[in-house]
Amino acid sequence: MSSDRRKGDPHGKSGISDEALRRELEEIVAEYPEKRAGALMCLHRAQRHRGSLSLASQVLVGEVIGSSPAHVRELVSFYTLFLEESPGRYHLQLCRTLSCQLRGARDLKDRIRRRLSIGPGGVTEDGLFQLTEVECLGSCDSAPVIQINDDYFEGLDGDMLDKLLDELSARPPAAGGQG
Amino acid sequence: MAFEKVLTRNVGNPAVLSLAGYEAAGGYVALRKALKEMTPIEVTEEVQKSGLRGRGGAGFPTGVKWGFVPRGGERPVYLINNADESEPGTSKDRLLMTHDPHLVLEGTMISAYALECHHAFIYIRGEYVREYEILMAALTELREKGYLGRGMLGSDYDLQVTMVRGAGAYICGEETALMNSLEGRRGEPRLKPPFPAQRGIFGSPTNVNNTETLANVPFIIERGADWFTGIGKERNTGPKLYCVSGHVKNPGIFELPMTITCNELIQEHAGGMLRPDHAIKAFIPGGSSVPVLRADELDVIMSYDDLAEAGTMLGSAGGIVMDDTTCMVDALRNLEAFYAHESCGQCTPCRQGCGWLHGLLTRLENGGGVDADIPLITELADNIEGHTICPLGDAAAMPARAMVAKFKDEFRAHVARKGCPLRDKVTA
Repeated sequence: MSSDRRKGDPHGKSGISDEALRRELEEIVAEYPEKRAGALMCLHRAQRHRGSLSLASQVLVGEVIGSSPAHVRELVSFYTLFLEESPGRYHLQLCRTLSCQLRGARDLKDRIRRRLSIGPGGVTEDGLFQLTEVECLGSCDSAPVIQINDDYFEGLDGDMLDKLLDELSARPPAAGGQG
Repeated sequence: MAFEKVLTRNVGNPAVLSLAGYEAAGGYVALRKALKEMTPIEVTEEVQKSGLRGRGGAGFPTGVKWGFVPRGGERPVYLINNADESEPGTSKDRLLMTHDPHLVLEGTMISAYALECHHAFIYIRGEYVREYEILMAALTELREKGYLGRGMLGSDYDLQVTMVRGAGAYICGEETALMNSLEGRRGEPRLKPPFPAQRGIFGSPTNVNNTETLANVPFIIERGADWFTGIGKERNTGPKLYCVSGHVKNPGIFELPMTITCNELIQEHAGGMLRPDHAIKAFIPGGSSVPVLRADELDVIMSYDDLAEAGTMLGSAGGIVMDDTTCMVDALRNLEAFYAHESCGQCTPCRQGCGWLHGLLTRLENGGGVDADIPLITELADNIEGHTICPLGDAAAMPARAMVAKFKDEFRAHVARKGCPLRDKVTA
């Protein structure tokens, strides 16, 4: 189990033990009338600790919510926020839906492509940045928007994006990841 | 009578993030009134009298929906606050959650009391991490100070509120998909019947309401249904949050009565067009799923009924403004890419149809289209709409049919010129 985890979660993230994670998940599940209803919250928590959802993490969640690994995998494959591989340190989630496109999301994508040499789905060689094009982030009044890990960066233009990427590049690595 | 903003009255006042600050601004007066002076039936009746209609998209009368929930049965009743805001063009519930989390909670709590529900859920979209944290902080303070739980606020009523985070699926805004998701399943809509009021989550009667809808409830209880019906127009009562995005100077969320027109919203409230030398070409009034309006159709009042009469919908009031640099084929292609991505895949017409629409529009935009493609878009839309379990298929079909009907010349020009005649494309 532990070797599987290392393979799936190269960043290591919080380093929580399986036992401690299980206790956290059991606490989450206790709030719901049925254990399985805690599934999404458990997956979010496991991903926050581990950076992604390895098979071992999925099995652990399944044990806590009383579901088979197959059921947990059904969830992980359905919901886009659940990741089976850890994203780059800074996961640039660029909204590609209409309101953001009308306000220049394409220019932001071009700028990222030129500056970081990555397109949608790509990760920089140093693992610092990953670009994903995502559907509407529900922040249309402040378009264009990029979600980076947990935070929305709104009303961006090219220069603001450059400055943001400068700051992130200069920042020392810290545990992060979404979820 | 001047219109008074209530839903957004605390926006820009960070003091209301704390319980003390919210109460200093008049908060939880309505909850106390409901618990001490009114029975659950009386709260329900007041909401029925107010004429409040669902703010999430369908516009169904909230009090009537509450009336479907059986009382006194063996199984517990559940209330879900649907904060899974994800209709393109819509960001109004986020404003409430960010700036006034206690209003969101108070609305949920009073509504739960009305439904005789003892466990309510708030299902928030997974991307709204900070909004979740703000709500959780407010919820934690309520729990600690005896505003929730057994005998809350000295009453004999018990209520527990639990937050659930979605995980990136638009379809979970649909109430039966949301219920499956909340139960720890894939967000696949359910066949109806049974309706949620009969059999929702955990096999129990369940009521799902949009966040903005429930945020109106404290004001209806505190000020009375007559106050609410005095705002707007008949059958379209109360304050409404309008979103404006796209090619305007001041995009934003505006609280207004349902007597304003599209033109007033765009020109007066959203500051007019972004670029003065580019006029408005099209306006999607209610989020990406509703039929588009042309520039010459924008004197219509933005109420549920007026927009329906104009052949479109108020929907989630997610207004998207497009100026004359926007290619309508490309705008539609962008939206169909969204629906193709977000289709849950259960129903063939939606799963296949949305992808076909996207492919067809991509071909047209890139110059490979033929004349027959244009009626084919409409035919595809016809074959999706009404043939699926949930309204996602309709949501993909309606804008397609309207775009082709209203901008047919532009679609034809893409065939004739073998590509897009406009400089500015929406997507890369």
